[in-house]
Amino acid sequence: MLYQIKKVIFVIFLHIFLMSVALSCIFPFIWMMNVSLETQTQYDQDYGLRPVTNPNFQNYKTVIIDEGFWRYFLNSFVYTFVTVIFIVLVSSLAAYAFSRLNFPGKNFIFYMFLAAMMIPLPAGFVPVYTLLQQFGLLNRTGYVLAMTNIGLSISIYLLKTFFDQLPRDLEDAAKIDGCSKLQTWWHVGLPLVMPALGVVIIFNALNVWNEFVLASLMFSKDSYMPLQAGLMQFSGKMVTEHTLIMAALTVAALPIIFLYLKMQKQFVRGLTAGAVVG
Amino acid sequence: MKASLKDNTASFSFVLPALLIFLVFYVYPFFYSFVLSLTDYSLIGKFNFKNSFVGLQNFKDLLVDIDWWKSFYNAGFITFFALTFQNILALLLALAVDKVIRMRKFYRVVFFILPVLSEIIIGLLMKQFMLSEPTGRDVLNNILNNIGLGFMAQDWIAGHNVRLITALVHCWKGFGWAFVILLAGLQSIPDQLYEAARIDGANTWQQFCKITMPLLMPVSTLVMVLTILGTMQAFAMILALNQGAGGETTVPVMIIYNHLGTGQAGLACAEGLILGAILVVVSFTMFYVSKIIREKYGVVPN
Repeated sequence: MLYQIKKVIFVIFLHIFLMSVALSCIFPFIWMMNVSLETQTQYDQDYGLRPVTNPNFQNYKTVIIDEGFWRYFLNSFVYTFVTVIFIVLVSSLAAYAFSRLNFPGKNFIFYMFLAAMMIPLPAGFVPVYTLLQQFGLLNRTGYVLAMTNIGLSISIYLLKTFFDQLPRDLEDAAKIDGCSKLQTWWHVGLPLVMPALGVVIIFNALNVWNEFVLASLMFSKDSYMPLQAGLMQFSGKMVTEHTLIMAALTVAALPIIFLYLKMQKQFVRGLTAGAVVG
Repeated sequence: MKASLKDNTASFSFVLPALLIFLVFYVYPFFYSFVLSLTDYSLIGKFNFKNSFVGLQNFKDLLVDIDWWKSFYNAGFITFFALTFQNILALLLALAVDKVIRMRKFYRVVFFILPVLSEIIIGLLMKQFMLSEPTGRDVLNNILNNIGLGFMAQDWIAGHNVRLITALVHCWKGFGWAFVILLAGLQSIPDQLYEAARIDGANTWQQFCKITMPLLMPVSTLVMVLTILGTMQAFAMILALNQGAGGETTVPVMIIYNHLGTGQAGLACAEGLILGAILVVVSFTMFYVSKIIREKYGVVPN
């Protein structure tokens, strides 16, 4: 009896601890959405700390349409989409070859990719930026190629280890039926590696979507700017328009939070992929 | 059966796209930055090694550049908090979530929201939250006054505690990531070990010291190494939060970013190389130390 009471008190204590940390994670976002629905006058009075009774959606309209956040959004989406497609194609081809095919120098090339994964270039954006400038590639193509490279090594590694665990029977059958290597990769390899591709896609998509440094250096024009760089520029321009900044932040954060809630497992696996590899 | 030349070429073409991108955007820049670091190239016109060559001048300048080394102190300060405060908090949370049965999933989902969002969003949100008059509203100070903690009210963005506050915001953003990895590590420890220990009469504390700690060692070393590497290169969140607060929270990558932004590519490359060299030394030391610790605890290194 005494043991049980002690245990219940202990669990309650644990929940209080966990709950207070959880609140600290949730509260700022509720406050953010609350402020984004206020007018500047309301905000001056209650600091966004009282729940809004008459939501005002004007801020969203200003931010998305007048301030062009729809364009930042579209740009981010295009960069992310194209980069992820590139990475999936290029890395699955390479991973398939590293796992299944034979050619001279295979191991050397694979270890080179591994080494690159272990030794990330700190401030690698400096030589990459200079290089792109020399090639006249300070544009969307250059950005997508540079971002593709960033996710490449880890994606190849993840897919290669997954391929290694798969049985070869299906591919042998495909070969006997007369499939070429490329056909086998496309019709057999890719469908089999789908579960690992999910992790690769989430990992790289978040990486590109959240990327700021290279984008802010490369794109000074609004029409090419992705979301993070746009947010930064907007907050510098609108220092005193607090409700507008909050609306912009809500627009940027909510879709990601929703996606995350829908696909928690993939997000966690994607974001901790780097750690698992090490 | 020896593969034919045609067969080899076909196989090799599978890795060719990856290899090309890798050579152009990783290998070449890697060596290129050594070359650039010896010049004062300013991003104007074509790069010409002979005309812009300055020898080791960039490194000599940096050696006595107080701002540059102060940025290491700032980053080291934040890293120290990330290593201690953030990771201990993450470990405590992981242990707690591992114990409670109810709402386990809820906590896991909530704690991981912050690592999912971008550094810019977190930085700007916290800036708005902590901003003070006259440009903003004293939201945080107002809350503190209302709950009777008015003595804590201060200038959070540019006051004299700004380095500590930046470190805490960094920990706040990062703890969920460490939490998830440590929790996975905890849950991979087989229950039989604890059962056996209980039968042998070990109390909770003994179980923690003799089972949990040593078996969690590989995972926590990994978390520590990645925390150091990640925090020493942290930058975007701090830029969004307080732009370096006049040197108080300037970190190395921020200086590199600013120098590149003003066109000092040669200097920025030299700075990148110094940062890289220091990080390589730090992470190798960490791996070496962790190997010794693991051997001491009798855990086979993997």
